[in-house]
Parts: sequence; C-alpha cells; structure tokens
Amino acid sequence: MRPQSAGNSPEISGSERSRLATAGARAVTLAQLSSQPRGDRFKGGIFLALLLFAVAIALLGLVAIIVQAAVKGAPAFGMDLITNGPSTLNPEQSGFRPALLGTLYLILGVILLVVPLGVSAAVYLEEYADRTRWWNRMIELNVQNLAGVPSIIYGILGLAFIVRGPLDLGFILAAGSMTLALLVLPTVILAAREAIRAVPPSIREGSLALGATKWQTIRRQVLPAAIPGVVTGVILAISRAIGETAPLLLVGAASFVTFAPTFFGDNGYTALPVMIFNYAARPQDEFRVLAAAGVIMMLIVLLAMNSFAIWLRNRYEQQW
Amino acid sequence: MPSFKLKFLAAIAATGVLALGVAACGDDSSDSGSSSSADVSGNIRIDGSSTVAPLTEAIAESFQQENPDVKVTVGTSGTGGGFEKFCAGETDANDASSAIDEEQTAMCKKGGVEWEEVQVANDALSVVVNPNNPVQCLTIDQLSSIWNADSKIKNWNEIEGLDPAFDAELTLFGPGTDSGTFEYFTEAVNGEEGNLRKDYNNVGEDDNQTVTGVSGAEGGMGYFGYSFLKENEGKIRGMEIDSGNGCVPPSAETVQDGTYTPLARPLFIYPSAEALARPEFDAFMKFYLENVNTVADQLGFVGLTDEQLEESTTKVDNLISKAGSGEEASS
Repeated sequence: MRPQSAGNSPEISGSERSRLATAGARAVTLAQLSSQPRGDRFKGGIFLALLLFAVAIALLGLVAIIVQAAVKGAPAFGMDLITNGPSTLNPEQSGFRPALLGTLYLILGVILLVVPLGVSAAVYLEEYADRTRWWNRMIELNVQNLAGVPSIIYGILGLAFIVRGPLDLGFILAAGSMTLALLVLPTVILAAREAIRAVPPSIREGSLALGATKWQTIRRQVLPAAIPGVVTGVILAISRAIGETAPLLLVGAASFVTFAPTFFGDNGYTALPVMIFNYAARPQDEFRVLAAAGVIMMLIVLLAMNSFAIWLRNRYEQQW
Repeated sequence: MPSFKLKFLAAIAATGVLALGVAACGDDSSDSGSSSSADVSGNIRIDGSSTVAPLTEAIAESFQQENPDVKVTVGTSGTGGGFEKFCAGETDANDASSAIDEEQTAMCKKGGVEWEEVQVANDALSVVVNPNNPVQCLTIDQLSSIWNADSKIKNWNEIEGLDPAFDAELTLFGPGTDSGTFEYFTEAVNGEEGNLRKDYNNVGEDDNQTVTGVSGAEGGMGYFGYSFLKENEGKIRGMEIDSGNGCVPPSAETVQDGTYTPLARPLFIYPSAEALARPEFDAFMKFYLENVNTVADQLGFVGLTDEQLEESTTKVDNLISKAGSGEEASS
C-alpha cells in the first residue's frame, strides 16, 4: 500500500491504515500458529515418530547387514584377503586379489566411459536440444525409462552387441566395463542434467554478455559449476555398478581366476560380487565365511571410492 | 579432474604390471611326478554348472601350481548357459550337472564343436528332513505322491503307507527351475522333466536356505546335492530311498555300488576336440582325471569307481587322438 502524503486529512491517514492492517494480519497469524489445538499437536508428534521410524528401518537394515557380515566374516579377515588368490583346496588361505583388481578395473573403465558420455549427453539435452522437437522429447523420455530397465537386460545387450555381434570383443574385462557403463549411463545423464539446470541463468547470460561464445560459456562457466552435481551422479552410478552380478555373469566374468586381470586380455577376469555370489551358495561353511568377508571388502572399496568422490565434490562446491 | 583419473589409472596399472611380473617370476622347476610336462603355457577357459565348478576349480588350482604358465579360469553360467558358450567355440570345456540334451547337441553340431562326455564325479541327490522326523525311509512312489504337479498333500499323515505314522505339516523346499538338480529330481521321481508341484519354497540357487528351512520346520523336506547333506549332518537328516530293493541311505558307498537309485547322478565335463589339440589343455584333462578322486571327497562329491575312471580316461584319450590327427606336428 502506498502511503498517502495527505497527512492532515480528517480520516485515518493511509500510512496509519496500512500499519493497522499489517499489525492485524500479524496478530491473526500468530494466534493461528501458537494456538495449536491439542489434537493437532498430537498428530504432529505421530508424524515425527513415523519419520524417525522410517529412518530407523533404513539404518537398521544397513547396520544388520554390516554387523552380520562382519561377525560371520571375522575369521577370514587379514592381509590374505588382499594378497592371495582364490583357493578351493585351502579356503582358509583364500583371498580376493584377482576379484578386487577386477572390480577396480571394471569401475575405472565405467568412470572413463560414463563421465564423458553422460556429461556430453546432458549438455546436449540441456543446452542445445530444442524441446519443441518431438525427437528431443523422445530422447528425454527414453533416457528416463532406461534408468529403470533391469540389469540382466543390459547383460543380454552386452553379450549380443559388445561381446559377440557388431563389436565382437570377446569375453574381456573392457566388455564388462562397457556393459556396466551402459547400465549406469542414464543415472549419470539425469544427474548431470539436474546439475547443469541448477547453474543460474545469470551466469550464462553474464558470460554471453561479455562476448563469450556458447561453447566457451559451457566449457568455462556451466561445466565447472556443474561438477558437484555430476560427481554426485557418478557416486550413485558407481554404487550401483559395483554390486552388479547378473550382467557380469552374462558377459563372461568367471568365478575362479587366480591372476590379475587386464583390460583387453582374453584370458578371463572376475569381480567381487561374482565371487561373493559363488561362495555364498557353497555347502562348506569356510566359503560362506569368505563370502561375508568379501561383502565387507566390497563395502570398504565402495566407501573409499565414494569418499574420494565426496571430497572431490566438496572441493568444487560453490554457493551463488 | 583428469589428472586425478590419470594418477588413479597409473596406480592401478602399476599394480597390475607388478602383479603380472610376480606371477611370471614363479619358477616352474617343481616336478611332482605327474605325467603332465611342466613346460606348457596358455589359457584355458571353462564354464558351466555351478555344482561341478568347485571340483574343476580345485583341479585348476593344483594344475596351476605345477604349471604356472597356464592360466585357467572357471565360470559358473550354469549347465545350459555354459553349453551355449561351449557350442559357439568360446570355451574349451563345459562343466555339466546333467547330460547334454538334443537341443544342445544340435547347437554344438552347428557350431562345429566336437566333444566327448567325460564323467568326473558322482553325486547323491539327497532328500532331507528334520532330525526329529521319525520316518526313516520313503519309496519313490511316496516321494512322487508328495512332489508331483497334482499333489495336494499338506501333512505327513496324508502320505500313504507311511511307517511310523507322523503328524506334522509338510513344508517343502527346492531349488529353482533353472537348476540341473531340479531337472534331475523331477525326471527321476516324477518321470518327467519339470513335473513338480508349484507350492514349494523356491530357494533359487541357494541350497543353504533349504538347510535352514528344513532344520527349522518339524515337517520340512527338501532335496539337493550330497555335499550339502554332508556339511550339515545333525541339522538335517538324509532320507533313505526305496526304489523296490529295500531302503538305501544316500552315501558314497551306496552311490558307488549302484544301489542308491534312481537319485545317484553322474557329473560331467565336456571337453572340445579342438581345445584338446593344444598341449596345455591336453595336459589339463589328463591331470584332471589323475587327481579328481583325491579332491572329490574333500569337496563333498562321491569319487569315480575304477570302472568309471577307466571309461573317462579312455574317452579323453580317444578325443585327444582324434584332435591330434590333424595337428601332430604342433605338439
């Protein structure tokens, strides 16, 4: 309300009126907010309890898995787990070295593939794609749908197109990496798009106003600002890829490998989840102990990778 | 960011190179009296049944100790999944918990893969119950009346001719329908592959769940390979089976003397003739049959009888000579 300058009018002045109105509104609001009926307060308490319950269930599940695996796997903990290869004859001395290296190589391959592909696709969809065109909307819809396709389907795809078929790479570790990269690509694209969209338009406009080209703007302003979001997407992607077993079995991960893998060597490779899956179903208890130890090991690898990614994210985090 | 990745890559690559170097440095002078020559090298790729895999892994392990230049990998794609790769020439041998079927034979013919069926061990498919169950023996007819696709039996007291009488709710556990064990059991008990009632607890690939389930339910019943029974004595009990000649318990002896019928089953490996032309695989298969009986028992398998071993050895020798006829000079 604009205050009226006619202060000497006989009625209440404009500024006075607006002051009264504000005060009245504040009083009503405060009254509404502070006089919570008992029933409402009770409902609020129940709601909070439900929320805490939901959090507790999620945490309990995680804690139960970790505790159970740690207790069961404890007898197998030791350097042997990292330095030794698998042994069926002496399960006590058995280790996960080839599987650990296999998983690290696989994930490294996934990162190398998925970051450039995912970010490029996201840049196209956010910065270049004309959303009034039907094919761009279709691409978007498909990327979202792909994120929900079961992993075994990607395994079949990898077997038919990467291991055999057009690419014909054979059962090599790089083919496993490619298959896992396809599996998590939608996750990375979606996260990268969110990150790019979250960069304020003023940054882009400022850059363009200073005479930068569109590509310079994206490269120098938008992408650096989007790094934290992209890294978050990569964390989610790795966390999913590291635990996948079914597609790896299809594209040729073996369960018994005694030597360190290579990216393109066609003499076979294995990965931690494949070993765990294999050992967990054995009749002898020694192998189930190993499976539990493998679970803990996989968690450590995952946490180490994610901590590194989180550190990276925090380094690039910025406030607008 | 790229510099991080490069460093990470370099670190991992260095680890890999180091590891390979260490592996290559192992001296291969150890000559422990086996017939396989110590100077073979190359890659051997085996896939197939997860039931047979532990046996092949154990053999691969000791073979690699004697022949460090040979790299053997063992996969567990399942009998069927393994045959698909084997018949496309992608693996050297296939572990199988059930014999090759017509479809797979045709697939191998199409892929130009010549093979031989080599038995490497025996297994006793064991029907297991809770230790508190008083029933000691079941006939195949009784088993079939419990497990067939049309069965409505919900309690042990509904089973005909049960001795002694037992009143407890029947809870059934069994592996998933992809498993070779499922195939063999349905064929042997119900006369038709895949014929099984649907309302059992499907434990998929994890037979340990059957152990947990049966040991926790008084009227529980399940079936799986002999190794799971052997490892869980006390928690569960193996049912004696009467196929017309009296009650026979599942054991190494009854399997080997042929009385544990029809649930004793052979386990196979299928080597390809093409792969046997390579000296390292040739040596591996010979080593396999020389040593299989010493590791079978430790892993819960029933070893081969002398007769079975001889037959398997002859089959491998035949296939080697078939394979060698084309490639005499190379070895």
